[in-house]
Amino acid sequence: MRFKDVFSIIGPSMIGPSSSHTAGAVRIGRAARQALGEQPLEAEISLYGSFAETYRGHGTDVALVSGLLDYGTDDERIPDALSHAASAGMQVRFRAEKKPEVHPNTVSLSLGGSADRIRVKGCSIGGGNVEIVGIDRFDARFGANQPTLLVFHEDRAGMIAEMSGILLSSQVNISHMQVDRESRNGAALTVIECDQLPGSEELRRLGEIAGVRKVRLIDLSEKEGTE
Amino acid sequence: MRFSSLAQLRQLCEEEGAPIARIMMAEQARESGLSPEEIESRMASYYKVMKEAVRKGIYDNPRSRSGLTGGDAKRVHDYKAARDPSLGGEAATAMAYALAVSEVNAAMGRIIATPTAGSCGIIPGVFVSSQERFGWDDGVLVRGLFAAGAIGYVIANNSFVSGAEGGCQAEVGSAIGMAAGALVEMRGGTPEQAMHAVGLALKNSLGLICDPVAGLVEIPCIVRNGFGAVTALAAADMALAGVRSAIPSDEVIGVMLEVGSAMPEKHRETAKGGLAQTPTGRKIMKELYGKGDPS
Repeated sequence: MRFKDVFSIIGPSMIGPSSSHTAGAVRIGRAARQALGEQPLEAEISLYGSFAETYRGHGTDVALVSGLLDYGTDDERIPDALSHAASAGMQVRFRAEKKPEVHPNTVSLSLGGSADRIRVKGCSIGGGNVEIVGIDRFDARFGANQPTLLVFHEDRAGMIAEMSGILLSSQVNISHMQVDRESRNGAALTVIECDQLPGSEELRRLGEIAGVRKVRLIDLSEKEGTE
Repeated sequence: MRFSSLAQLRQLCEEEGAPIARIMMAEQARESGLSPEEIESRMASYYKVMKEAVRKGIYDNPRSRSGLTGGDAKRVHDYKAARDPSLGGEAATAMAYALAVSEVNAAMGRIIATPTAGSCGIIPGVFVSSQERFGWDDGVLVRGLFAAGAIGYVIANNSFVSGAEGGCQAEVGSAIGMAAGALVEMRGGTPEQAMHAVGLALKNSLGLICDPVAGLVEIPCIVRNGFGAVTALAAADMALAGVRSAIPSDEVIGVMLEVGSAMPEKHRETAKGGLAQTPTGRKIMKELYGKGDPS
């Protein structure tokens, strides 16, 4: 079943005008902020396809920046997000890209924080649902409907066993998992979607595994009702 | 969920002697692991958002971000007060309220997607006007939203509810079917009558294309929400009067899938056909974006 429950039909509560161009864009922005791990100081936002064509009319630009500011989909500050971002010291630039993308509603956010940078590419696939399709140079596909761990690490034997062991000891069930690496023994990203929300203790222990560079948690559930 | 078709949903209602709303609430509780009270309270908060959007749309004079639309809800509301609408006052009120919520959506106000933002006016239009007319307390309407959600759940999983996939029939059409079936139940009709209302309503919007001018959720989306609320009232009345959908509602949903799947891409939200590509539609797009073609 593509639609799982009554609130995927009645809902989300959102700021208009379009569940895919506005609500979905807020969620991609929030996911990108969480992937960076802090509120970005600068954001270069490249829009593709229908996003590039109609972002001003649909408010996709303010929606994405709202997500970077950690607003939920029905936050009434969304229409004024650009000025809120400016007052918060966030520099934002938009680029409408010509290059075709597989999905018509695609955006790539290149974010800079106080110590780190990240690039997140995502698609808004309808009804406020999103799919993240890339993190930095890695392939990563997840819907951000569940708590999702991003573990950046070096590629070596036993890494996944150590990660899953930590989650096992906390009774966090892994519902889906994927690994991509730049090269053998090179940099890798493991994406772990979880049924339960990993706590700060699990994040700390994952971060202490030898060869793990950083750990990020993406969790959009707060500010989006109860599921 | 224990149902995936309207026939199964009706059977569950009949076996358990329960209205659609109660079946949906029980299924949702089971699916989410939350208590019925938590689920009901979330839906109640959604209904409050709908009522507030109706009020804002009528009284706060919203204008869309593009500047293309706004003020039609107030026009209809004022007209209804000044003259005797051809539809009668109650249907005109439902129409005004549906326009109101859709205008709030276009103005970047807060709405509930039912099932999408593009079709967010129809259910509030029917529900809020019916509440005023029949003096129902909020609980009736909140339960009605569960009934509407159950119907939408079946439509969404057997066909589609997004214009990009299935055209406007999938968005506005689905919302009309959901509103019609829920209204039958709220007015004391049987689950069987509610299911007929869904089929009757959907048949009237089969084939409707999604052709938004400049790709925006404004022209013709807003007026289609106004029409949609009136159609939902009509379908509910037919069903309560005993009119049956000769083609069973599940089969009508199948037709929506067939028609939407065959619909050319230019008529599925791309602004590459239909009203969007009329001389005036192109002119509007050019004024907004500096060109008359979306790609």
